Amino acid sequence: MVIFYILLAFMIIAAIIAVETTDLLSSVICVGAIGMGTSLMFLFLRAPDIAITQIVVEVLGLIILIRATIARDLTFITGDREFFAVVVSVVIIFMIFLAGVEVFKTLPDFGTPVFAKVDGSPSQTYVEKGLAQTGAANVVSAIILDYRGYDTLGEATVLFTSILGATVILRAKSRKLVEEPDK
Amino acid sequence: MEQEQRNSNVIQKGETSNRVTRLGETPSRSRKGMTVIVKTIASWVKVLIFLFGINIVLFGHLTPGGGFAGGVILASSYVLLMLAFGREFAEKNLSLPLASRLDCLGALMFALVAILGLAFGGSFFLNFLYQKYLPGEPLHLVSAGIIPLANIAIGLKVGASLFLITLTLSISCKGKECRFE
Repeated sequence: MVIFYILLAFMIIAAIIAVETTDLLSSVICVGAIGMGTSLMFLFLRAPDIAITQIVVEVLGLIILIRATIARDLTFITGDREFFAVVVSVVIIFMIFLAGVEVFKTLPDFGTPVFAKVDGSPSQTYVEKGLAQTGAANVVSAIILDYRGYDTLGEATVLFTSILGATVILRAKSRKLVEEPDK
Repeated sequence: MEQEQRNSNVIQKGETSNRVTRLGETPSRSRKGMTVIVKTIASWVKVLIFLFGINIVLFGHLTPGGGFAGGVILASSYVLLMLAFGREFAEKNLSLPLASRLDCLGALMFALVAILGLAFGGSFFLNFLYQKYLPGEPLHLVSAGIIPLANIAIGLKVGASLFLITLTLSISCKGKECRFE
């Protein structure tokens, strides 16, 4: 249990540095550190599927972010913060924190499923009958591709649409750059 | 006048960003990609990363991993090629039209698997292969019906689309070099 607190402290410090530093590259590296901490935490919580996905997506995202950061001419942020904006943010974050404390009191204990007390709850059914009903030894795979196939279809649609939008937007910009010198 | 100035601004910006993007480039030696050490290591490691991605995708129903993680690993092997040897080399290996076709093929395959469940079993996303035609043995590669097929489809889709997005983000169009249609 101690390892979780150490990782949590590490991630919180990295998050604060990522927000507060004026160097964009340091900020991106701190975001990467948060991702590594999340991945380690998933691993210690015995969720290797999510840990693998987290680490590979983090690495790829970090590569893209570092390339985008280095390509910029100005990697340092200048300018001061407004006093009023800081006060408003701190007050709002404090209110959200108070609401979060109230919500966390109603949650079940750490590590126990929400529906653990109900007979025939989905999580129990998946663990007990997953292999017999789907034939897949990896229960996570059985859930995301068999029991919850619609969710995965929705995720694939979201990914497809976002990639489509990104390529179309970036292509339009490139074309404009190409065509302009000819005029 | 103003138009022309804007043009020159745009071009200059493109050139500077292009110059800064290439990490580790020494002006006197080869202009594309990184140093020879990185190139050598990358040419050894890329095959291993690709095979590891295929392994993660194919055994997604038995071991941790699955289509999404394996697809990202497949994409990252090509991203490694792109970082080490430059964008043109990676584009020669897997061109943009081919990547977008693979992306669409993966999405179509996943939808087809779902619709085949409707056609053969009577409900969308039904695991018809496992329940009717090919039960297979648990803990073997051929088991779990449509789940490996869906994993392959997702892996293809995720890998192609992430490679596509990295390539598109790294494109810096100069002159008529931009071939992305």
